[in-house]
Amino acid sequence: MKEQIMNTMTVNGKDIPIETGDTILSALGKAGINIPTLCHIEGLPPTGACRICVVEDTKNGALIPSCSFPASERLSILTHSVKVLKARKTIVELLLANHPDDCLYCDRNLDCSLQKLAEELGVRHRRINSNRITQYVDTSSPAIMRDPGKCILCGKCVRTCEEIQGVSALDFSGRGSKTKISTAFDISLNLSTCVGCGQCVNACPTGALVERSSIHDVIEAIQDPEKIVVIQHAPAVSVSLAEEFGLEAGIDIAGTMATALKQVGFNFVFDTAFSADLTIMEEATELVQRITQGGVLPMMTSCCPSWVKFAETFYPELLPNISSCKSPQQMLGSMIKHYWSEKMNIPQEKIYSVSVMPCTAKKFEIEREEMVSKGTSDIDASLTTRELAKLIRMHSIDMKKVVPSQSDLPFGERSTAGKLFGASGGVMEAAIRSAYWMITGTELENLVITELRNKQDYREIAVDINDLKVKAAVVSGLGNARKILDKIKTKDCDLHFLEIMSCPGGCINGGGQPKSIDKDAVIKRMKALYAIDKNEEQNVSHKNSAIIELYDKFLKKPGSHKAHELLHTTYHKRTDLI
Amino acid sequence: MDKIIEKNCWSEAGTVSQELLKKLSEKDFPLKPGDDESVKKLTRETIARPVIYVGAGTCGLGAGAGATKKRIIEYLNKNKKEADIIEVGCIGLCSAEPLVDIQIPGKTRISFKNITAEKVVPLLDDIFKGIIPKDMVLGQFQSQHDQKWEEVPCLNDHPFFAPQKRWVLVNCGIVDPLSITEYVSRGGYASLFKALTKNSSEEICETVEKSGLKGRGGGGFSTGRKWKFAAGEKSEQKYLICNADEGDPGAFMDRAVIEGDPFRLLEGMVIAAYGIGASKGYIYIRAEYPLAIERLHIALKQVREFGLLGNNILGTGFSFDLQIKMGAGAFVCGEETALINSIEGKRGMPRPRPPYPAVSGLFGKPTIINNVETLSNLPFVFMKGPDYFNSFGTKNSKGTKVFALSGKVERTGLVEVEMGTTVKEIVFDIGGGIPNNKKYKAAQIGGPSGGCIPESNLDIKVDYDELKTVGAIMGSGGLVVMDEETCMVDVAKFFMDFIQKESCGKCIPCREGTKRMYEILKSITRSRKKETKEQTLDRFQGVMQLQELAEVIKSTSLCGLGQTAPNPVLSTLRWFRDEYDAHIFDRKCPAGVCKDLLTYKIVESDCKGCTLCAKKCPVGAIKGVAKAPHYIIEDKCIRCGACIEACPFGAIITE
Amino acid sequence: METRVNQVLEKYPDAERDKLIPILQEVQESVGFISKEAVLEISQHLNLAPSKIFGVATFYNQFRFEPKGKYHILVCRGTACHVKGSAKTLEAVERELGIKAGNTTSDGLFSIEVVACLGACGLAPLVCINNEFYGHATKDKVREILKSYRNKEKEANNG
Repeated sequence: MKEQIMNTMTVNGKDIPIETGDTILSALGKAGINIPTLCHIEGLPPTGACRICVVEDTKNGALIPSCSFPASERLSILTHSVKVLKARKTIVELLLANHPDDCLYCDRNLDCSLQKLAEELGVRHRRINSNRITQYVDTSSPAIMRDPGKCILCGKCVRTCEEIQGVSALDFSGRGSKTKISTAFDISLNLSTCVGCGQCVNACPTGALVERSSIHDVIEAIQDPEKIVVIQHAPAVSVSLAEEFGLEAGIDIAGTMATALKQVGFNFVFDTAFSADLTIMEEATELVQRITQGGVLPMMTSCCPSWVKFAETFYPELLPNISSCKSPQQMLGSMIKHYWSEKMNIPQEKIYSVSVMPCTAKKFEIEREEMVSKGTSDIDASLTTRELAKLIRMHSIDMKKVVPSQSDLPFGERSTAGKLFGASGGVMEAAIRSAYWMITGTELENLVITELRNKQDYREIAVDINDLKVKAAVVSGLGNARKILDKIKTKDCDLHFLEIMSCPGGCINGGGQPKSIDKDAVIKRMKALYAIDKNEEQNVSHKNSAIIELYDKFLKKPGSHKAHELLHTTYHKRTDLI
Repeated sequence: MDKIIEKNCWSEAGTVSQELLKKLSEKDFPLKPGDDESVKKLTRETIARPVIYVGAGTCGLGAGAGATKKRIIEYLNKNKKEADIIEVGCIGLCSAEPLVDIQIPGKTRISFKNITAEKVVPLLDDIFKGIIPKDMVLGQFQSQHDQKWEEVPCLNDHPFFAPQKRWVLVNCGIVDPLSITEYVSRGGYASLFKALTKNSSEEICETVEKSGLKGRGGGGFSTGRKWKFAAGEKSEQKYLICNADEGDPGAFMDRAVIEGDPFRLLEGMVIAAYGIGASKGYIYIRAEYPLAIERLHIALKQVREFGLLGNNILGTGFSFDLQIKMGAGAFVCGEETALINSIEGKRGMPRPRPPYPAVSGLFGKPTIINNVETLSNLPFVFMKGPDYFNSFGTKNSKGTKVFALSGKVERTGLVEVEMGTTVKEIVFDIGGGIPNNKKYKAAQIGGPSGGCIPESNLDIKVDYDELKTVGAIMGSGGLVVMDEETCMVDVAKFFMDFIQKESCGKCIPCREGTKRMYEILKSITRSRKKETKEQTLDRFQGVMQLQELAEVIKSTSLCGLGQTAPNPVLSTLRWFRDEYDAHIFDRKCPAGVCKDLLTYKIVESDCKGCTLCAKKCPVGAIKGVAKAPHYIIEDKCIRCGACIEACPFGAIITE
Repeated sequence: METRVNQVLEKYPDAERDKLIPILQEVQESVGFISKEAVLEISQHLNLAPSKIFGVATFYNQFRFEPKGKYHILVCRGTACHVKGSAKTLEAVERELGIKAGNTTSDGLFSIEVVACLGACGLAPLVCINNEFYGHATKDKVREILKSYRNKEKEANNG
């Protein structure tokens, strides 16, 4: 066994342990000493752009960047000496010289890294002035809004888009103080290869990248006495929303959220996990059909709109592999407007259907021309988890005092399999549970498939269903997905089913989620979903009584003509490249 | 005889290596071992007919050498004269370009200055009559074999050449840069042959370290020690890169070396590659040097043909080959890690160091990047041995340094001096001092990363450490001389503008900090009339911030460009504080350069009232009655200078 | 234009990212500038996102996104040239041609580019037109040089 050499480095006069391969920053982090950073991305190699993380070398007074400098026992550093603080403050002031003054009007007010740093470092007046170049806001994309005027050129969006998501819609252009971050030839975001996943929005420390706001439209609808406003909430939202109100990650507040939504003014609150169950019914049926009748394999999930756009842009030859099922959001939207409206005797035009999603791409999905069933948009507006929190705060609702309630029926009933959709591997787990039952007529012995849980990167499993060995795989993060997709392109793959989620870790790490400084937030949110699966009794989609009733009364059976009309969709190659 | 050699500013010529020739004969090298006659012909010790050398480096061509050569060919054809014409590189005295050297059989070679096309006929007429036109002579070369010309001064005695010690530049302007046979006959590749056949790579690194050679690109780090870092890394692939990006404005040493003696660089590169264990290399050269690139391509073809580059060099089993990569116009790519990113096809933005390129560089492999001059020193180091090299220079700066002397100085060009020479010697002895009876003000050394040497520091020695004590750096060798008509605030502003354009923009202190410094300098040179109250306050605030910003930028920038960007400002602030004060508080430019701070005045006593200036003035700022002195309305004047140009009596001045 | 880009790309089969800058240089040499279509083709060939290619092309001074003039004028603004008055030279060129640096005259004849240093400092101030160097290019001399080019054009048109 290789022995790890335990050395120490002197920090602020005290010794802290360092391990081989540590940078100063990583060693300090392990020792619980905080250093501010602006351009650092955990898990990616350091870029050394912002210089905020400098620390002072006591031997020669030099300022060295802690993010990239290797920790060594020869080092003795000061993390917050006068020289260091002065340097950090000046750097922030230099950034502010080129930054708009409109914090109060900015989407990131109170939640901005630059604002926080300026406050912590004691910036109290505009000492440094500079001539700012006018930049124009890009509102072309339904999902993401870009304001280059607020950009501090930290490069996190570029590196996230390239190194984690493998999309590279954005890069630095120009040079020196004329540097900007832009798409190729500065074309608008909606014409670029951007897939709307929103990982860049999560990474951005300022208000340069935010989701396109739909709050105004939703409030208008709520205030309209003619409209019945319904809202569905995605599985990931209830286990993440609490973070927006100061609570720790991984606490499920579904009941509180339901009441709060009613207080905000939504007339009905539905659970997308219900339609996740519906998706499982349709998709598992489709999978079994493809396997037994020689359809295109591997079949790939279709509930992630950002992955679908990615496929349409970069892998159009694999479009036939993607399941024709709409996403749970769209399926529920369709059922609300065509089944529920009839059932409740509410005219379709009066329904304003909203969703709250951990996702920015859902805003793009609802505007797709395929997402119109029989002349009506399935969904009218999609909010992110962050926008929902804003709405709740706007209504001065004290989340601690709200009395929890249930989501409304019939779309409030859901199995825990549907809830698992929020985490990477969840769709697969839910699908296997129901596919097994569809083929064998019996329940899978061990419903919990641990190999699929708690991970982000690619993993494969094989499940014996009767005499068929079903090979399935799960991957999250588009950069990771490219590897298996390239193999499938060259026919070097014998999988039957592949789950692909754009966001690393799945929807709980979506582009619309609360921005957490807790490094383990994603894992904690995942665990909350698994806890729900463990504690509740209804664990399989096919036993959801509301689903059974829906088929009985309306859809007849999975894959029926009506189901295809309302619950299935098509894809097309995207040619407006760059 | 000994005296002549002592006074020779050109280093001792090398002798052709017979062992090398034996090896090269395996590749059908045109020069065979033992063929001393051919060696004499190639070194032009013996010539059959007159040889006319035309200085055709970029400087020569820019001064008209192309037309000169054409005229020479015309002359020879018309007059049925026989002579060989050889295009050579820059001998270094740019202000005397175009240079034409003529060597008549039996007599020493003479160099003639400023031979533009119209001077060709009178010159050649004289030469073929046996007359040396004294007014066109620059000087005659030294030779042990040829007869001296009577009453013709020696180049060695010429004030430009006498104090120099030309080791790296020994061949430039003298040899045919594209003849590998001439290079070999002058001792070329003897060093490489010795190194590869008689030394291990460890010994190579040891020799270079012992010699005291330091990076000539400006880094000033011990070359041998740097090599040892890479040599010690275990990797199946290592790279050697020659940094020929030479972006420093005012520097053209590397260009001249490549144009004038490309084989020297290529020989040096193979030695270096052997020392560190690199099998692949690059010459990263800026695209603005098309002639140098062209000559490199030609030279490369020849060295590959004869096994001096590529697989199994000289049959020793050591393989090394290289590619030329052209820069695309980015000064920052002279920085090592930015250069590496550029070769990798990325934006030329530097990487954090550590890890250093010697450990993880190009494509993540151990990489050594050396400057052209550093590499071109190597053949000499190995020819004379490290102790000889070490015996010249100062305690911490060994050997010689090539400087590009330009600006307000009589003789501009390339000079190579022993380390430890004073700036005064370079500017006044070699450079000939300030033309037009103007007064010396400063010499900018080190380009945009450097500082200025005011009159009070003229005795400072050219030495890596000593220069730092006055806030300057050695830099790559650019030395720009300035006189009383140069405004030092304007110079600082010029450099800041340059840095702003060339900064890569990655890190905040450099991108935003230098922008702010540039704006402050602009506000200092901005007209008092155009200022609002806020701008005035801004100007005072800005000046106080200059020093502080400079410190933060220097201590926190990611790369050398940012870390040294404030140097010109700090240096001019230190030595020319009075000029800054005049700009800031008196709102005047003492040197008369900053346009916005000048007042245009008509001297009454000189004005004849011809009204020409009033007619030329585009804004009607000049008033006056014909035949009476005119006057300029200061508020309207836009300082375009049209009136000064129009006035036939020189009655308009600026102050 | 596409075929010219293809001709360049054919010289670089199986190329990887480190060939990007040489390819861009050759495309510009052949076509005169870097077009959107060229970027798309190069993107396919190298399997490299267009935003990256655009990022590289906009970083380096050399690359243009618009065609240059028939006579491309480089005005050197290095230290030596500055000290010897290149600012006035640039002003004179701009005034003579009626355009600012970085632009092309409307008749497509001349374009001006400012270069940091051409490396011929002994001949400062320096101007370079289509690879021909002109040393000691004071503002008066440069006006003469431009006139001579205009005359050359006139003769070529008449003859």
